[in-house]
Amino acid sequence: MDKQQLAVEVVTPDGQIVNDMFDMVVVQAEQGEIGILPNHTPMISPVVISTARLKKDNESMKVAIGGGFIEVDDNHVTILVQSAETPKKIDVERARKAKERALRRIKQRRDNVDFRRAELALKRAINRLDLVGEE
Amino acid sequence: MVLSSREIQKKIESTKKTKQITNAMHMVAASKLGKSEISNSSFIPYAEKIEEMVRHIVLSYGDHNHPILIPRRVKKVAYLVMTSDRGLAGPFNAHVLRKVENLINERHRHKNEYTIIAIGRIGKEYFKNRDMPLLRSVTGLPDRPYFSDLEDLTYDTVQFFVDGEFDQLELVYNYFYSAISQEVVVKKILPLITEEAVEELRHEMHSPFLFEPSEEQILKTLLPQYAESLIYGAFLESKASENASRMNAMRNATDNADKMISDLRLQYNRARQSQITQELAEIVGGANAQQG
Repeated sequence: MDKQQLAVEVVTPDGQIVNDMFDMVVVQAEQGEIGILPNHTPMISPVVISTARLKKDNESMKVAIGGGFIEVDDNHVTILVQSAETPKKIDVERARKAKERALRRIKQRRDNVDFRRAELALKRAINRLDLVGEE
Repeated sequence: MVLSSREIQKKIESTKKTKQITNAMHMVAASKLGKSEISNSSFIPYAEKIEEMVRHIVLSYGDHNHPILIPRRVKKVAYLVMTSDRGLAGPFNAHVLRKVENLINERHRHKNEYTIIAIGRIGKEYFKNRDMPLLRSVTGLPDRPYFSDLEDLTYDTVQFFVDGEFDQLELVYNYFYSAISQEVVVKKILPLITEEAVEELRHEMHSPFLFEPSEEQILKTLLPQYAESLIYGAFLESKASENASRMNAMRNATDNADKMISDLRLQYNRARQSQITQELAEIVGGANAQQG
């Protein structure tokens, strides 16, 4: 008998990053972690900059995601985010530079828009570095 | 002016060199256009999905009072103008800039009624030279752009609107119909919908989705991201148009060079022939004189 699985897509403006079947999806929503198993009720929720974990058998695939949304509908899970990378695709050097730049901008604190933007950039950079175990 | 055959030959050589350059630029632009088309097609699934989500939520959510949705009294309009960094792209930049200039002259009497956000060096310098209000600009974007390249600009632009820096946002850019047809379009994207559209949506269906934590919370993040995606989508169109326009301009230049070379060759042959005729005439004349 076929076991029930989730068809998972990770979609970004630069294209589809993941499109595969998984047993479970764990993402960070604004109010905490959500785990999604097959036959979940249809749902839309925002996800924050974090690592999404896609589990199949005993393996877990990690994807660094930027801010966006998760939609669950009839065992289809769509993670719609502004950026997403698997560990192999993460550019450590670039993430480090982005982190430094963001920290500098936060210290300068020119205006509110710039500050919020720097804060987001910092979060994304730290998230990427965390996933590959760098600082 | 009659050129000597030597001068004509020089001209042919230099035209050939120019042709080589325009031909190379044509091929580069064609390959970039191919890449732009890949960018565009990668973006489509995202664009469709986010639009679908917005519909779902706006439909099920009765109270549409988010600042991004609702039109307010317009005191200042922002024009986001998309140009290229480099020239030699045919009418690509000129058309966009003329359109913006006309719009502004038609609609505004005073400089504090509008502001400009410029993408591309050509646009930035144009507005600077004319001392027009320039809120923000970005240049040096790569030919194969990723969302992250434009992220800061899209984020800022939407935030400026939310913070009340301006009350309406219009994009002015070249829409990519096909490799041979691009047209300047003006697209109002903020506020996202009009009052009538809200009313219309209210009468539609109820969404089956569960919204965690709430529709209102989701709208707060979804709407800005949706607006940002619209700007990014337009930029991809503009980039494809730029490459197509440059490709066509360079193809025309190459064709013109071909025509020029064949004209020059004709001239050269004539000049050479007349030189030969003259020399023959001189020899014949000289021989006749000696016999005489």
